[in-house]
Formats: sequence, C-alpha cells, structure tokens
Amino acid sequence: MNAALQTFFETLINGLAVGSLYALVALGYTMVYGILKFINFAHSDIVVLGAWIAFVLARSLGYATPDAAAPWYAGLLILLVAMTACGAIGYAVERLAYKPLRGAPRLNVLITAIGVSLFLQNTGQLSFLFGASPQRMPSLLPDTPLLTVFGARVSLVDVVGAGTAVLLMVGLEYLIFHTKLGRAMRAVSYNTSVASLMGVNVNAVISFTFVVGSALAAAAGFLYSMKYVGIKQPADAGWVMLGLKAFVAAVVGGIGNIRGAMIGGVMIGLLEFFGAAYVSTQYRDVYVFALLILVLLFRPAGLFGRATVEKV
Amino acid sequence: MRMTNTRIFSALALLSLAACVGLGGCGPTDSNSGNASGGGGGGARSAAAGGSSAQAPESAGKGSEKSPAAAPAAAPAAAPAAAPAAADEILIGHYASMTGSEATFGQVTDKGIRLAVEKVNAAGGIKGKKVRVVTLDTEGKESVTTTVVTRLITSDKVVALLGEVASSRSIAGANVAQRFGIPMITPSSTNPEVTTKGDKIFRVCFLDPFQGYVMAKFARENLKLSKVATLYDQKQPYSTGLNDNFKEAFTKLGGTVVAEQAFSGGDADFSAQLATIRDRGAEAIFVPGYYTEVGNIAIQARKLGVTVPLLGGDGWESPKLAEIGGKAIDGSYYSNHYSPSDTREEVVKFVSEFQSKHGGEVPDSLAAMGYDAAMVLFDAMKRSPSLGGADLAKAIAATKDFKGVSGMISIDAERNARKSAVVLQMRKGKAEYVTTIAPQQ
Repeated sequence: MNAALQTFFETLINGLAVGSLYALVALGYTMVYGILKFINFAHSDIVVLGAWIAFVLARSLGYATPDAAAPWYAGLLILLVAMTACGAIGYAVERLAYKPLRGAPRLNVLITAIGVSLFLQNTGQLSFLFGASPQRMPSLLPDTPLLTVFGARVSLVDVVGAGTAVLLMVGLEYLIFHTKLGRAMRAVSYNTSVASLMGVNVNAVISFTFVVGSALAAAAGFLYSMKYVGIKQPADAGWVMLGLKAFVAAVVGGIGNIRGAMIGGVMIGLLEFFGAAYVSTQYRDVYVFALLILVLLFRPAGLFGRATVEKV
Repeated sequence: MRMTNTRIFSALALLSLAACVGLGGCGPTDSNSGNASGGGGGGARSAAAGGSSAQAPESAGKGSEKSPAAAPAAAPAAAPAAAPAAADEILIGHYASMTGSEATFGQVTDKGIRLAVEKVNAAGGIKGKKVRVVTLDTEGKESVTTTVVTRLITSDKVVALLGEVASSRSIAGANVAQRFGIPMITPSSTNPEVTTKGDKIFRVCFLDPFQGYVMAKFARENLKLSKVATLYDQKQPYSTGLNDNFKEAFTKLGGTVVAEQAFSGGDADFSAQLATIRDRGAEAIFVPGYYTEVGNIAIQARKLGVTVPLLGGDGWESPKLAEIGGKAIDGSYYSNHYSPSDTREEVVKFVSEFQSKHGGEVPDSLAAMGYDAAMVLFDAMKRSPSLGGADLAKAIAATKDFKGVSGMISIDAERNARKSAVVLQMRKGKAEYVTTIAPQQ
C-alpha cells in the first residue's frame, strides 16, 4: 500500500513538474499561432538554446563541477540572462526570417520555420558554440528533498521549476489581459487589418510576441535542464520530442488560446507520466499523440478553443 | 459543421511533417553537412598531417562537391572527375557519428583509425602506396549512413570501409557495402546481425550474446546476485539484443530477472521504470544503453532511492559517462573490449602513442577498436594479391592470431572475432579493471 502511494505521488509530482514546462513551451506556439496563424517550428530550438546558454553561463561563472555550491541568486541570474538572450534571438528570427514573408502564403512561412529550426540545430552543434556532445548541467539548486509525501520526495528542483513556470504564466496572463500592450496583442489576434486601422503598431506587437514566447521557451529549457541534468546535444531527438509534446499541448488546449495551452501542457505531462507508471513505459509517447488524435476527432478546435466558421 | 477542421487537420499534417524533419528524415540536407564536417573538420586536417600531401582534404572536398552534379548527367564519362584518389594513394572510407548524441563514439574511433594510418604510412605504406582515410559524418542517423556510405564508394572510390559503432548504422552501411562488393570492417558493432549481411562484412570485436553472457556470469558468479532487473532502449537493436542475451544467460545460470523495463532513446525521464524496478527488489539493474542515457538513469535512480549498482555493456564507454553521471555512477560495472590500464606490450605502446598525439587523452576502447580494425585491414591489404573487393575480403577472412590492442584477433567462418572481454568498475569517475572473462566453450 505504501509503495503504491509512493509511486502515485512520485508520478504526480513529476507529471506536474514536467507538465508545467510543456505549458511554458506551448504558450510560445499558441501565441504565435494566435497572431500570425502559423506554427513556429523553430520554437523548440529556442528551448534548446535556453538550456545551452544557461549551461555555458553556469560553466563560465565557475559552477562547473556538479557539487560546487552556487548561491541562490546564481540560478535566478542565469535564468534572466538566458531569457533575455533567447528573447533577442526570437526577435532576430522574426525580423530576419518571418517578417520578409508577412504577405506571403502561410505555407512559405511554415517551410521557412523548418529551415530556421534546422539552422539553429546545426549551428548549435558547432564546436565553438555548444558542441555535439551531451553535457552535465551544474546543479544550481541543492538537491535536497523539501518534504516527503508517503515516501515520495518533493525536491527543491521540482518546486522551483513548477513555481517559476506558474509565476511566469501568471505574469503572462496579467500582461495579456490587463495591460494596453496585451490588449493590442489580442486585437491583432482578432483581426490584424482592423487593429492596424485603429492605430495598433502591428509589427511591433508581432515582434513583442516573439520576444515573450522565446523568453518563456528559454525559461522552460533552463528549468528542464535543472531537472534532467544530463543535457542532450542541440540536435538530439529528445529535444524535438519535447517541442512536439508542447505543440500537442497547444493543440489540445485549443491553438491560439493562452489558458488552453497552460492547461493542455499540464494535462499532457500528467497523461504521459501516469501512462508510463500505470500502463506501460513502452508507449509513453503514444499516450500523448493518441490524445491529440482523439481531440482532433471529437473537438477539432481543442478542449478550450471556440469553433469558428471558416470563410471560404 | 463547417468549423475549423481544415485548419486543425492541416496542423496535424504539419506535425507529422515536422516529425519527419526532426527525427531523422533530413536526407536531402545531409550530404552537405556531412561534407562540411568530414572535409573541413579537424579530422581531415590531421589526415593531411599524416598523409602525403597537404592539399589532400581540399581536393577531396572539391571532388565530392562536383560529383553530385556530374554523376547523374553523364555517369560513364564522369569517371575521371569523380576519382579524387591520387595514383600513389590507397583510399579507405570511415563513416562515423562525428556529430549527434553519440558523437564521442565516432570522433574517438576516427582518432584511433588515423593513428593506425599514420603508423602504416610511416612504415612505408602498403604496396608502395600511402594510405589515406576519408571520414564522413553519419550524424548518428541511419538514413544519413546509407547516403554517406554510398558516397564513399561511388564518388570517393574507397577500396575498403571502416565503420560504425552503433549496430543499427553498421547494418545500414553493411547493406550498401555488400551490394557494391566493398569489404567493410566494423570496429565495435556487437549486434550479431551486422556480419550476416554478406561475405564482405567483418568485425574485430566480440558479439552481444557473449557480452550479455559476460555480464550475466559476472553478476551471478562474482557479485553473487540472484535478482536483477533490466532497463533497455527499445529503439536500438544493440540494446534490445543485449537485453535478450543477458536475460537468457542470467536465467540459465540460476538467477531471476525480476523486472524488464524499456525506454526510448531520447527520453529524459526514467522515473516510472526505476520505481517499478525499486518495488520489485532488484539487486542490480542491467542497463545496456549508451552513455548519455546511462548517466541520466544513474542520477534518477539515486534520487528515487535506488542504490544498487548498474551493469552495462560497451555502450557505456565514454568520458562523458562519469561527467554526466557524477557520483551516481560510481560503483557500477560494465563489460568492455579493452582496458587502458592493461600491461600487455601492445596496449602500453598504443596508449603512449595515442596520448602523445592527443594531448594526454587516454584512449578509450572505441579508439582501440578503431585502431585494431584499421590495423587488421592493413595487414590483410599487405597479404592480399590485389586490392579488389573479392581478394581483399578473402585476405581479411584469413586473419589469424593478429596481435591487436584489444587482444588476439582471429576471424572465424561467420566473419566475427572470437575474443575475451574485460569487466570494469566505475570508481571516482574512472573505469578500473576488475576481471577478464573468456569466451564460453
């Protein structure tokens, strides 16, 4: 009985911790889709950059050995720098790759996104950047269990990870629904041309969306590498899978819907971990994509999306 | 119901497109990136240092750039343009994961091969000609492997192939090599299927059934364990094969496999599998995976309160294992082809030569296997009446009691090498020699 409870809580904690990171990544997919109506396939590579920039920073700050004690603010500093750097990269990607295609068919932008994704993956592998080998992320948080629930250790990394994710999501929620800039974002998402007629600077709003989405992705990458300290090299299939699952979370929650992406991310995380723990570990990716198929069959607009009439 | 179905379904279609692109369908782009890393990388430069002419990598790069355009247009007439080998050179091909998640495998093997090439050239070459190795990058992907092996054979015109570490990619390469009749020696692919691809495919390492037996015997007889769990990568034939072989041998020796859990290469979380293993009371966990995953598995196992040692195979061999796993991997055991702390004359010489060339880096077993594979090939080339595929294959097959760094190498009728294995233990981040286990009779 005790072992069963322990497994249950361990699964719950891991599912929530990873699910909240999926949610952070899903937000980037969904925000860009809401405004530009295209799926930014290069988004998962921003997650990778976030993790690796954090790694390089931690190394250069001298926390190279896994056991070197880092002060609490080191992690925060690294998080903020990684978010800023990735925000800047997101801005540059939008400016250089997507903006020239503003009036072009959506498919063109999409193919460009795949191109950007390949470019980032392969650039990241260059030996003077991150290299092609996996690395050990220095542990910036003491790896002590915070409390124990029925034998399941709630570690500081999980609490800080999920907590940071929730804080960022609350901040985003405030930004979008309670500020002028957020209103502009929502206006552009409803109708770009009308918004621009009302004096909204559409290009600035789009750039800002990319910056915010990329910064959140960087945070997710950093937190993910704090939890799974053996960080994979930039083009590893594991990163692609992380991005795909976050994308599924965005679709399940209703693509274009901010709250849907958050709930979708946590749902996907819990589904994956409970499926792995109680059904079979062999099919952990299958659960996620099976849910996607079910949602698309029965609620094509996503669980929280509103069905709209397509103008033909 | 004219809802946004079309939009969402197009999203689904794009998802699968992205999956193809991201998860290994990068075929069209690969010839370019392979070219960049194979021709312009550090590896090719060291070939120039060891080989006869400093322009060698340049001309190789140009030749292979030209060939894709020339070959389809006028295949019969384009032969001179597509043959970059100089008249006084013998070209051999090496396909390896120079990038990708098993990048250290390819890079280290390449260093071993290049040391062998340097030595054979310093001793006067083969049949009066210098040997040059062309290395192309498989990026750790099977789809790319087929492309680069075809390119090595058809446009670089290599006389023999060395490659891969991962069995899945050696199988892909073996299919191509056998079709073109070019002899291939895999330095360290241990899956039995590799050499079944045809009479031109050889290996200089031991096989998975033996490696599985070694760890089973070691766990049962040296560690005196009776309950063991396994955790394997269901996407890798290397891992699934080793898992089966271990299970069979361990059960035959009177032990029980209490849990058999799987993961997929690329997974980051193993908590569900490890929790099951913990609940079944296993005394050790056999993890026949590659070092990146093994490091992560060790860390997560200790976090979940699993303190039993991990057991593994030669896929663990990398300095990255200790770097990623840290303290968590200490105390675990794995089977391997050789140990650098061995005192045999061949080993001592190889280690010191390798270290003086690579700034003190201790050669791991993959470097030793790359070196041995190349040396066996050169030995066969010297004995062979010609460098044609059939003659050369016959000469490799006749290899007997060749004194390699990884032990005596004799090629048997199935084109495999029969050898003993060593068991190493991770202690304070270093792999220390524990024992040697001989082939079963």
